[in-house]
Amino acid sequence: MTALPTNSTARDITRLGRPKSVSARVLRERIIVGTLAVAASFSILVTTTIIVVLARETWGFFQFDEVSLGEFFGSTEWNPLLGAEKHFGIWPLISGTLLVTAIAASFALPIGLISAVYLSEYASPKVRATLKPSLEILAGVPTVVYGFFALTVITPLLQKISPAFGNYNAMSAGLATGIMILPIVCSMSEDALRAVPRSLRDGAFALGGTRFDVSVKVVVPAALSGIVAAFLLAISRAVGETMIVALAAGGIAQITANPSAEVQTMTAYMVQIFLGDAPAFGVEYKSSYAVASMLFVMTFVLTMIGQYILRRFREEYD
Amino acid sequence: MQTESTSPTPPSAHGHHAKPLAAPHVHASGAASHPDAGTAVTVRAFSSWYGSFQALKGLDLDIPSRQVTAFIGPSGCGKSTFLRWINRMNDTIPSARAEGTLDLHGEDLLARSLDVVDLRRRVGMVFQKPNPFPKSIYDNVAFGPRLHKHYTRAELDELVEQSLRSASIWNEVKDRLHSSALGLSGGQQQRLCIARAIAVGPEVLLMDEPCSALDPKSTLAIEELIEGLADRYTIVIVTHNMQQAARVSDQTAFFFEGRLIESGNTESIFTKPKNKQTEDYVTGRFG
Repeated sequence: MTALPTNSTARDITRLGRPKSVSARVLRERIIVGTLAVAASFSILVTTTIIVVLARETWGFFQFDEVSLGEFFGSTEWNPLLGAEKHFGIWPLISGTLLVTAIAASFALPIGLISAVYLSEYASPKVRATLKPSLEILAGVPTVVYGFFALTVITPLLQKISPAFGNYNAMSAGLATGIMILPIVCSMSEDALRAVPRSLRDGAFALGGTRFDVSVKVVVPAALSGIVAAFLLAISRAVGETMIVALAAGGIAQITANPSAEVQTMTAYMVQIFLGDAPAFGVEYKSSYAVASMLFVMTFVLTMIGQYILRRFREEYD
Repeated sequence: MQTESTSPTPPSAHGHHAKPLAAPHVHASGAASHPDAGTAVTVRAFSSWYGSFQALKGLDLDIPSRQVTAFIGPSGCGKSTFLRWINRMNDTIPSARAEGTLDLHGEDLLARSLDVVDLRRRVGMVFQKPNPFPKSIYDNVAFGPRLHKHYTRAELDELVEQSLRSASIWNEVKDRLHSSALGLSGGQQQRLCIARAIAVGPEVLLMDEPCSALDPKSTLAIEELIEGLADRYTIVIVTHNMQQAARVSDQTAFFFEGRLIESGNTESIFTKPKNKQTEDYVTGRFG
């Protein structure tokens, strides 16, 4: 019947092969599950350890006679190192952090989102293939380089614009931090925009929408939860940024909204303590743990707000 | 398989659908009214390509005004491609190009100077998969009108209501106009998309397999809707479902491998096709 020679008559194919051990399979699955669980618990373990260490050291800080919780949150003076009387009021450090973050965010969020819309909705594949990698190179630059860039390029430029800018100022550090978080904003927002199904764009084009209508009225709103997530991640990176502010923002802890002023951020203060000659276990040394706890609480709150906003938008848009 | 080809009742004889309320034209723009049921779209020697691949080969066709024209044919035969030329949706594909004549009431749709934004206001489209925007039901319908004109709140309310009524979905959504369109069922979403297309006051409605993602009950609702809309709009529907073509259309065009094999009155295409390929296809022998 067939031209091909067959060397055997039809055999029962279920008889072929050698059985595999059932117990070995069960054991192997158990080992895999165990390994995965250990790997997953590792991050929880590290987070818990950090919280415990922070809490213990912060507690230790408040045991000193010089400090009290009331002063920590009530005083507007932060002066732990110099002078006869030490002051531990957290607000100047928070103010410095918020000022730098606000400058960074007002630079990076709009530019990042606009670039993302351009890359996702307007750019030809060729342009995109050039722009996207260069943006990713920006993301790989070590932050100390941005700090250096702030000192040697941005600050001199600012000084040309206005003599009010000193060698150290919040504006320069804020702009450099903005450049640092720009790739996060742009790259994550672009991912969110590209995840919007093509069918929605088609629907809007078919109603007579221009490319701008489609981008701004359909694609961006549909991607809003992802864009908000990108913004929040970028902001918390700016809040926690250390190297740029340590190099370029200066060392005066003061409450100010003046971008040309020298400010000290929470992170920069910690660098100053840990790298400086504050005696370990002294009140100054321990104070950095209290600042670290405060920073932790701030980023935590930021994340919670983000989750809340995300959930609200999701209800409306998904 | 003979059943549907022996006695396809012309759609005009279908009386079972509830006619939508005598909704007047949503748009008062005079462009939308063409009293004589002449030819809406004229196609002569029309060919198109994606890069070097020729998708359509020398089409000749007249699509009549205020009637339902069905495009049938196996997958990849070019019917959707052709549909997407009528509102120039193929502009979004950089490698797509076309030659020949494609006119809407005498206006050259392939002209470089054509304003595609205006064209798409006049030629609406409904897609294979319902694609409501992730916005409220109201904002979905109001989206198109808001792109083209300024409205007062009251005008917009009226426009949204009439569009939803025309798409036979008003009663189902009138109490939740401001909740998300994504909460609707697939069939409701598709009728919402039809309302959204109607809201800009088009003359022509293109439908690209509008029921292929829907269950039979929703399909029936859409088919009844199409029949009801046919006296106000020129409708072109692409479908894989030959019973559907027989049920809803007045004219049928059969595509095969990029060519228009046969076109004409739906009844004659299904009962006495002139071409052997058409006969094989409509009787289910291939495709």
